[in-house]
Amino acid sequence: MTAAAMAAVIAATLAAGCSSTGGKRAEEEREQSKGQSAVDTPRWKIAMVTHSGEGDTYWDIVQSGAEQAAVKDNIEFLYGHDKEAGRQAQLVQSMIDKKVDGLIVTLAKPEAMEKVVKKAVKAGIPVVTINSGQDQSKAFGALSHIGQDENIAGEAVGTELNERGRKKALCVLHEQGNVGHEQRCAGIEKTFKGKVDKLYVEGTNMPDVDSSLTAKLQTDKKIDAVVTLGAPFAATAVKAVDQAGSDAEVDTFDLDAKVAAGLEDGSVGFAVDQQPYLQGYEAVDLMWLYRSNGNMLGGGQPVLTGPQILTKKDAPALKKYTERGTR
Amino acid sequence: MKAAPTAEPAVAEREGDQPGHKSLGRLMRRPELGAVVGAVAVFVFFSFVADSFLQTSSFSTVLYYSSTIGIMAVPVALLMIGGEFDLSTGVMVTSSALVSTMFSYQMTANVWVGVGVSLLVTLALGLFNGIMLVRTKLPSFIITLGTFLMLTGLNLGLTELINGTVSTKSISDMEGFASARDLFASQLTLFDVEFQVTILWWLGLVAVATWILLRTRTGNWIFAVGGGAESARAVGVPVARTKIGLYMGVAFAAWISGQHLLFNYDVVQSGQGVGNELIYIAAAVIGGCLLTGGYGSAVGAAVGALIFGMTNKGITYAQWEANWFKFFLGAMLLLATLLNAWIRKRAEAKS
Repeated sequence: MTAAAMAAVIAATLAAGCSSTGGKRAEEEREQSKGQSAVDTPRWKIAMVTHSGEGDTYWDIVQSGAEQAAVKDNIEFLYGHDKEAGRQAQLVQSMIDKKVDGLIVTLAKPEAMEKVVKKAVKAGIPVVTINSGQDQSKAFGALSHIGQDENIAGEAVGTELNERGRKKALCVLHEQGNVGHEQRCAGIEKTFKGKVDKLYVEGTNMPDVDSSLTAKLQTDKKIDAVVTLGAPFAATAVKAVDQAGSDAEVDTFDLDAKVAAGLEDGSVGFAVDQQPYLQGYEAVDLMWLYRSNGNMLGGGQPVLTGPQILTKKDAPALKKYTERGTR
Repeated sequence: MKAAPTAEPAVAEREGDQPGHKSLGRLMRRPELGAVVGAVAVFVFFSFVADSFLQTSSFSTVLYYSSTIGIMAVPVALLMIGGEFDLSTGVMVTSSALVSTMFSYQMTANVWVGVGVSLLVTLALGLFNGIMLVRTKLPSFIITLGTFLMLTGLNLGLTELINGTVSTKSISDMEGFASARDLFASQLTLFDVEFQVTILWWLGLVAVATWILLRTRTGNWIFAVGGGAESARAVGVPVARTKIGLYMGVAFAAWISGQHLLFNYDVVQSGQGVGNELIYIAAAVIGGCLLTGGYGSAVGAAVGALIFGMTNKGITYAQWEANWFKFFLGAMLLLATLLNAWIRKRAEAKS
């Protein structure tokens, strides 16, 4: 009796409680990306093994790029990931055992991956490295490396900040001890003519990111640029700048829908994109070219997917792509 | 409801026998005394070493951060007085935010519907923790560790499954968002400084929790089950019901925190919250709760959260070397807690 009454109440609330703006319905009205195989080559099996942790936005985009290329090139795409290097190496081994026709791998911890990558090369499997491991890629026998050099990306940010006439930048690190993050800050320091301060925040605790940034900006009024190292933290930085009454510009590494919207409304100055979609897409596509025509891009040099500096003028186009999760 | 006569005198004992005759000794015996002294010490310390610490706008920042911890630390303290742990609190906050936003978005519903569904789901999570505890009689450490891991996985897995990415989509353009934000994440201007509404939620929870602990029979039950579940049961305290209620209290606070997270930042990252459970427990312990249960206070937990917040932000205000942040944080907290323990020992020796 009471259960039935409650169900009725819930049903009534649901019926009355619809939103006529936003939400899933609005999304369904927007277009979606799709595709089909465009080639008649045999169905090759290509595997990708990355050091991604559980639920990382960035690797989601890499994966969707790879999947899109796989559809186009008539490729069976296998994906595995583990942030622990030992287990990532085991995943690569299992792909070798499956006798894949190509292997795409990240070298976040090169020492741990060396043996198994060389083993794959020895077994005659073409290997392409992506994202991290630019310095080791060639030595391990990989055909090419596709990614962004974190130092170069940082340097690009420093140069852009100079052009914008900034005097003091704050580099916001959301993970303590992440080598790539340290390299980004170091890159900024190298080319930026002003001073760079570092701030560590707890990436898994948004109120901490928010209040630490506010506190820092309240203390140091000279900071006129805040650079976050991950897209989700840019919007929070914008909030903190506002709360602290600071006039600092917020800039960020990486891209998501919120950052694209920020670029458009001017709350985010610029974003440095390393184009994760491209890293996944190109790796699979290069594998197909190599298999079908013996091509390899880069001529032994790494193929860089970034840094690409995105500003307000890029925003309208980006918005559509970020919302569907391909940029 | 059955009366628990033997639990009654506990109130009289704790509150002093003659009403209106407050003695200094009684004040000295309060669990939060040490924490209050610790908080004053931390405050004075940072007032000297950090120039910008004493600005009113800095108060607002420190209080905001403290309130986000304090909202959870208060019910966590009650649970610890009742003799149990909850390790699932940090991710439960995120779960609550995710349920709310994803329900509203997927159903294209008014966001208040999502807020309501989230309340039911989050309370159900608390109920699950509580029922598992009293049914299996396993240590709460293990039960809630299980819930913690399961929720961490569910947060990521379901978000990815439903949204295609690991963060949620913006619901700020949906109906009801503005009014929900007013309740959970608005800013109130006082003396020309903006304060976050979470500070009011925090104070409200402290008041309610203190009233429950000191003025109601439920409060007696909480102290009794924490002091010794078997003897409490022997004198007629409904042990199972009390513990389940405590877990649901924690879940209720997780719902408030989760809705704040959602309406303050609009987009929720599904990996958020991991590690916060220990901060909540730490705040309760700094505030005078015993890890063994049966002793502590809600005010103490709130002061503990304030100590944690002041230390955390104080280091930033003092502009100490960023690489050493965690070291300073740990050292300062240890010092504050040592001072707290020393004061309490002195007070007990005197009385």
